[in-house]
Amino acid sequence: MLDKRMTIEAIVAELKDGMTIGVGGWATRRKPMALVRAIARSGLKDLTIVSYGGPDVGLLAAAGKIRKLVFAFVSLDHYPIEPHFKAARQAGAFEVLELDEGLFHWGLRAAAMRLPFLPTRIGLGTDLVKQPELSKTVVSPFADGETLIAMPALKLDAALLHVHRADARGDVLTLSPDPFFDELMARAADRTFVTAERVVPTAELDIAANSRFNIIERALVTGLAEAPFGAHPTSAAPDYQLDLAHLKTYVDAAASTEALAAYRASFVDVDESAYLAAVGGAEAVRGLPKPIY
Amino acid sequence: MNDVSYSLAELLIVAMAQAWRHDGEVMGTGIGPLPRLGVSLCKALYNPALATTDGECWYTTDPLPPGGRTADAEIEGWSPYDRVFSGLWGGKRHALVAPVQIDRFGQSNISVIGDHARPKSAMLGARGFPGNSIHHPNSFFFPQHNRRSLVEGEVDYVCSAGYNPARYPGGKVLPGVDLRLIVTNLAVLDFGGPEHAIRLVSLHPGVSFDEVQDNTGFELVRGESIPVTPAPTAEQLALIDRLDPKGARRKALKDDPPGDRRGA
Repeated sequence: MLDKRMTIEAIVAELKDGMTIGVGGWATRRKPMALVRAIARSGLKDLTIVSYGGPDVGLLAAAGKIRKLVFAFVSLDHYPIEPHFKAARQAGAFEVLELDEGLFHWGLRAAAMRLPFLPTRIGLGTDLVKQPELSKTVVSPFADGETLIAMPALKLDAALLHVHRADARGDVLTLSPDPFFDELMARAADRTFVTAERVVPTAELDIAANSRFNIIERALVTGLAEAPFGAHPTSAAPDYQLDLAHLKTYVDAAASTEALAAYRASFVDVDESAYLAAVGGAEAVRGLPKPIY
Repeated sequence: MNDVSYSLAELLIVAMAQAWRHDGEVMGTGIGPLPRLGVSLCKALYNPALATTDGECWYTTDPLPPGGRTADAEIEGWSPYDRVFSGLWGGKRHALVAPVQIDRFGQSNISVIGDHARPKSAMLGARGFPGNSIHHPNSFFFPQHNRRSLVEGEVDYVCSAGYNPARYPGGKVLPGVDLRLIVTNLAVLDFGGPEHAIRLVSLHPGVSFDEVQDNTGFELVRGESIPVTPAPTAEQLALIDRLDPKGARRKALKDDPPGDRRGA
């Protein structure tokens, strides 16, 4: 029987220095944080990270893993400015390709369609087009003759996603109300690795009732790991909500190198069970109140 | 005359509520508590067809009060980001946002202060500003009207496009650029000057033209006579209180100053 289950460490071992990696979710929602923490612990380096950024970007920036960041924003929503990202960016720690949120989507879509680019007006009139990647234009071959930006395909070596449920074959469900752009990330990537809150028998996915939550077909999934609370401190609603108190601990860790080292020792350089205990345990996380956006 | 006392925040909410007045049935977005209350008031007073979201992914029948919970509201539609983009590309939205900088072309910045490669201050990133700015109407809110926010020359990093022909292919501003209002703590401005130059619409009570011009990094277009920004009526104040039961407006501006600064 097809069985794609593997450990988080085994997934990280499939990644290589210099890879371009897409991270699913959006800001403080459904980020594959258990995988991100494992990458932060690993020897990986010189990564190009492609993300609708939240603490995934901040944590990898603080760990010195990023050579280039492809982004439209990095934010913790309730803390609009991501302090670890801010510090690394101001130190010139990595190069960037700054995009519009929709342009980002368009680049993933081009890669998903195996096109070199998709035309768009987005970026015209702004400083985004001063970046070499966005400096190419195409002229409409039709009567309008309009000049458009050629948004290059955002091709990924790997996509990392966190879902609510999966079976061993890689059939998945994301149960939160917004699927974000995880589907396009998977389609833009050579390989997709998934963490799931729970791995269950196929019948329990009840795909017929949950069809709209089945964001990708299993052929796109290379490997998966069960990772309960694997999105924490971001949310995996309805299973659990954003941990605002932990977010504050994480934000405060940007105050000094000592504070960051202490955060790392407690919450990054530990295995997932120690992590869960350090953030208050399963019951506390399950009981987190829904934040207000 | 109106002798009801009101705060600056309340004056600004009423001024911002004008933004969506004639927009018809579009998505009304206000980023931050005061712009959000501006949309809410506009929907209640002028444009009941406006559609508003909880800031996460649901349209609610009534605008959610700042600090309000979606669970307590009636949900009337689904608004995941994919659909937000599809909708805004079609133009059916008007956003009122609060950037860090704006310039005489209406170009705005939320990305960096200083050099893009190694910024003096790294902020959010361009978010959806580039796409928003060329697809649907946009208005702006500046709680601190000064030369650091309304800047000389151009903003440090142009995130939202404006009326600057030099930045477009063929020197022609895209037809989708449609900038409407700028509401600040000192005045209301629009883009009604020659070639969309920024024009003074009204001065808040007790604020002089010179004070506004001195705090602006570019020259403002002014008419013969400049009206005073209309004070909220007692009915509007009561409505704002209903739309903001937790009083988010009282914490939105430092020290919650009064709206009428005459004789201050």
